[in-house]
Amino acid sequence: MRTEFRLSGSGGQGLLLAGIVLAEAAILEGKNAVQTQSYGPEARGGSSKAEVVISEDEIDYPKATNPDYLLALTADSYKTYGPLMKDGLIIVDSSVNLDSEIKARTLPLPILAAAADTVGKKVTANIVALGVLAGLAGLATRDTLRKAVTARVPKGTEELNLKALDVGLGLAAQSGAPAGSSSKEISP
Amino acid sequence: MAENAKLMQGNEACTMGAIAAGLQFFAGYPITPSTEIAEMCSEELPKFGGKFIQMEDEIGSIAACIGASLTGKKAMTATSGPGFSLMQESIGYASLCEIPVVIINVQRMGPSTGMPTSPAQGDIMQARWGTHGDHQVIALAPGNVKECFELTFKAFEYAETYRVPVIVLADEVISHMREKVILPNPSSYKIPMRAMPKNPAGYKPYGADPDGGVPLMAPFGQGYRWHCTGLFHDESGAPSGKAAVAEKLLHRLERKIEKNAQAMEDYYAESMDDCDVAVVSFGSSAMAALSAVRRARKEGKKAGMLRLKTIWPFPDQALRRLCASAKKIIVPEMNQGQLVLEVERAIHGKAGVIKLGKVTGELFHPDEIYRALKEAF
Repeated sequence: MRTEFRLSGSGGQGLLLAGIVLAEAAILEGKNAVQTQSYGPEARGGSSKAEVVISEDEIDYPKATNPDYLLALTADSYKTYGPLMKDGLIIVDSSVNLDSEIKARTLPLPILAAAADTVGKKVTANIVALGVLAGLAGLATRDTLRKAVTARVPKGTEELNLKALDVGLGLAAQSGAPAGSSSKEISP
Repeated sequence: MAENAKLMQGNEACTMGAIAAGLQFFAGYPITPSTEIAEMCSEELPKFGGKFIQMEDEIGSIAACIGASLTGKKAMTATSGPGFSLMQESIGYASLCEIPVVIINVQRMGPSTGMPTSPAQGDIMQARWGTHGDHQVIALAPGNVKECFELTFKAFEYAETYRVPVIVLADEVISHMREKVILPNPSSYKIPMRAMPKNPAGYKPYGADPDGGVPLMAPFGQGYRWHCTGLFHDESGAPSGKAAVAEKLLHRLERKIEKNAQAMEDYYAESMDDCDVAVVSFGSSAMAALSAVRRARKEGKKAGMLRLKTIWPFPDQALRRLCASAKKIIVPEMNQGQLVLEVERAIHGKAGVIKLGKVTGELFHPDEIYRALKEAF
């Protein structure tokens, strides 16, 4: 089975890194994973998108075609990619105003606030988001995720990011969405 | 299995392939989407005595690589369209003077500065004909991350064996993509090495079989004295304006690649044996194409996939052989139609050739190729 993630937000939020960690965790679990990206010419700001495809089988096409999960951390990315969602789940930051025209099942979560307040550093929002996605998709154990985070985050920030991962996993657990299933399997 | 598997980026795999092949010198000017190669070379090469130089521009970069290669070092640069254009004059020099050099060109959307972070495949013809005059180059196009490793390694093999510039034609999707890769055991590598003369006495730097022979290459700085010039030259390396010398040299350079073209044919073929409609593509476009071909096959349609890894010399024989049963051939590529011209030339009317270009700065969606397949059936 092919599981597709689209992580979107603004450049500099670290979504590419979150995508890499997600793919790494899947590989550590013995699965196939492909991560791609698209971004504007700016080093900070502008739009940024990372995609991860995970499958037990060979992955021929590397991009998301019908995402199971869309993460949107900004209003812009929610408005750009939200309308493209067919039967997957949108996870949007609580700071973004919801649009009634976007029909896919939507789960608002306070990802940016949790990074700033609970973890204590705004820049860890990407790893909080990673925890949310991994928790909702149930694709790797906490141990595997910890390994993948440790391997990929900048040296010296491991503890902080591991804390962010747990905060994200916590948000997913409290959300009430059952682990291991996107809305593709849940009736709205 | 999971123990040896690594999540690796295309650019990272190119760099590792180059190092595995014995890369000792990198000179470059960073440019998206190839920058990671320069970054990684700057970290890795000094660890084992190799040299990394960030040059003032791409003209300096390729010239420095040519200089390093003349001293016997394996040299590489990495760039994208705008930088590749600047390198063309020196690529011609390396081609005429028979100096091995590897150029990674990670294609992005052009012309000009274009869309720097968006993928394209518009440098097919530039790779072949970017520099002036009749000349020979080899170009290889990886279709996944593992092939970034394998084909960069192979690029060194060809550069060293045939003394010719070799271009790795990657694209933004392949080069920035990360996927699970299991690399071969380093002990299995057969490190490519140019043939060198044994003795300076009587050394003829351009003495070789006129029918595509490759001369022995003496490294500068080890007692050999020879003239290396972009003027036409005779076997001693001395400049010559004689018609016979010019014709003999260009003929040998042409034959050098032509007679080995079939041995260099490399491709991935799936379901081609009995196909009615073939899709011929390369690089990241071929990933969308493969997905579409598999879908059509599942529905009982006789679709086939041929992904070219060798672009130049164009694999005429392989294309004709593998497309023997095809009545139509679709050629998806992220440009306005470049590879399709070569397919048409090689197929020579034996099948209908359908151009499928895309110039939005985005990778094909499998549905786009699936629709073209449905129309073709």
